[in-house]
Amino acid sequence: MSERYETLAARIDERFGDQMRRVPSSCGELTYELDKDNLHDIATALRNEADFGFEMLMDVCGVDYLGYGSDEWTTSDATDSGFSRGVEREPVILDESDEFDARRFAVVYHLLSLQHNFRLRLRVFTGSSNPPIIKSVVDIWNGANWFEREAFDLYGILFEGHPDLRRILTDYGFIGHPFRKDFPLIGNVEVSYDAEQGRVVYKPVSIEPRTLVPRVIRDDNRYSADLKDPVDG
Amino acid sequence: MAEIHSYTMNFGPQHPAAHGVLRLVLEIEGEVIQKADPHIGLLHRATEKLVESKPYNQSIGYMDRLDYVSMMSNEHAYVMAIEKLLGVEVPERAQYIRVMFDEITRILNHLMWLGAHGLDIGAMTMFLYCFREREDLMDCYEAVSGTRMHATYYRPGGVYRDLPDSMPKYQESRFRKPQELERMNAAREGSILDFIEAFTDRFPGCVDEYETLLTDNRIWKQRTVNIGVVTPERAMQLGFSGPMLRGSGVEWDLRKKQPYEVYDRLDFDIPVGVNGDCYDRYLVRVEELRQSNRIIRQCVNWLRDNPGPVIAGDHKITPPRRIEMKDDMESLIHHFKLFTEGYCVPEGEAYAAVEHPKGEFGIYMISDGANKPYRVKIRAPGFAHLSAMSEMVQGHMLADVVAVIGTQDIVFGEVDR
Repeated sequence: MSERYETLAARIDERFGDQMRRVPSSCGELTYELDKDNLHDIATALRNEADFGFEMLMDVCGVDYLGYGSDEWTTSDATDSGFSRGVEREPVILDESDEFDARRFAVVYHLLSLQHNFRLRLRVFTGSSNPPIIKSVVDIWNGANWFEREAFDLYGILFEGHPDLRRILTDYGFIGHPFRKDFPLIGNVEVSYDAEQGRVVYKPVSIEPRTLVPRVIRDDNRYSADLKDPVDG
Repeated sequence: MAEIHSYTMNFGPQHPAAHGVLRLVLEIEGEVIQKADPHIGLLHRATEKLVESKPYNQSIGYMDRLDYVSMMSNEHAYVMAIEKLLGVEVPERAQYIRVMFDEITRILNHLMWLGAHGLDIGAMTMFLYCFREREDLMDCYEAVSGTRMHATYYRPGGVYRDLPDSMPKYQESRFRKPQELERMNAAREGSILDFIEAFTDRFPGCVDEYETLLTDNRIWKQRTVNIGVVTPERAMQLGFSGPMLRGSGVEWDLRKKQPYEVYDRLDFDIPVGVNGDCYDRYLVRVEELRQSNRIIRQCVNWLRDNPGPVIAGDHKITPPRRIEMKDDMESLIHHFKLFTEGYCVPEGEAYAAVEHPKGEFGIYMISDGANKPYRVKIRAPGFAHLSAMSEMVQGHMLADVVAVIGTQDIVFGEVDR
């Protein structure tokens, strides 16, 4: 972490105190987590106050943390059954419950300050409500408009105060939020042209899901925290 | 006189000036645009979700297909994000090769933009001129990677292989006279560096040709001056980047301000516009053609004098040499593991941004320690630009919509992802 970023971090800590919690980073980037209730005030301050001057919002990104850190192969122990091909998938259960894990959906903001040449990342978890809902920042950075529409379309995150929250990337009349981790990669429906009806029709998908390379997580000592520069976390 | 009503008009998605698959729903009063509502997503391929299901290296090819006129720049951001997470050092020669190809890509992109933009608003010749030069640069792509467009040339840790010693030549055929063949192959006798050097000698003259046709052209100026004006404050508010931001007079270029690779060692200037209209953005991009040419020239000179490795030697993430695999068990295992399972990237998150020909192209990558990324978000510059479409065309005539689409340099591969 460079000295300049440490100065910025010190300023943020001094100004916002407990409202913003720093997340350790391994590659010299500054990340803060904050509560969704504080988001709007903090974002306004980060944009308007001369110390920060984040006049640009580069990116708004939805993240679904369902199944974070899970793998399809065990790597820690030897097995006596051999390794599976990782092909058998558990059936997809769509989350119909009223509540999510409070740390399931997050919205990540990438801010850029042209005057100070700083970047800053904010992560806001949307809490346990279904559908996830969070304050919009379109009134602070107008460029957030489409980025928030995209997060709504792909993750179903609602942005309170957004002027025009419609789907943006998926088809007209699409059902579901395709980038959620419980949405299958092959989708739920396929389209084809029906000559008899003379129009395009939707049918349930006919292809099987498959995994070519199973997901594995291996412990690599080269990346272990003990060997890292303590400042970088 | 008949009363003029405001009405709604559909533009695209199958319109030659829509640059692909843009559908615009325009609210028009007479011929004046009140509001434009772009409907995008017709080219949505869920790249970000596909990337989550594949080992890191298998997704490099998807990046080419995002912005399919500046292929290697997309790859660059992606491999930089992985390198940031892994903490790999890239050999210096690979950094120069990457910078050189980034700039070749910038010229490719700007030529495509200039040709298409010209064609859209009435300058047919530009298209033919620009494609003439693009052909040579495509040949450079082909010489290093084997394909003319979707190169998949960059790798985490460097580039796939070193620059070739020879350029492919045109073959004899009964449709070509021997003198013609000789002329076409004249620049191809030496290595790829000789070929690129010959191009950089010739290219400023070509840019002069384009400028002769356009810069002082009365029709060109009528179509672009004071069209789609964006103030610097609005440009920042709307998340503009690249030539769209610089055209409005904001001096911001990641190559200078947050230099990556070897840009801090190269000598080049950043052109900035004054009025923020289509004409200024045209001037900025044309000047970028010249500056890219300068950078390429410096890279060629450096690459000539400094041989060396072009990919990191850590065989956990880069393949071992073929010859080593023949009698070294460890290399064989490395090779097998790398191509079956890939490599695991330490847990963490990184945002890597490059100064893409269209603006800031960023990859935000979250890893949970697996051999596949947990989440990849592609920050496409065109997405932010297109979202400002309505504001830029408001109060202009219908024909100016085409000029604004052109000036935004929209490519749907990256907007829809």
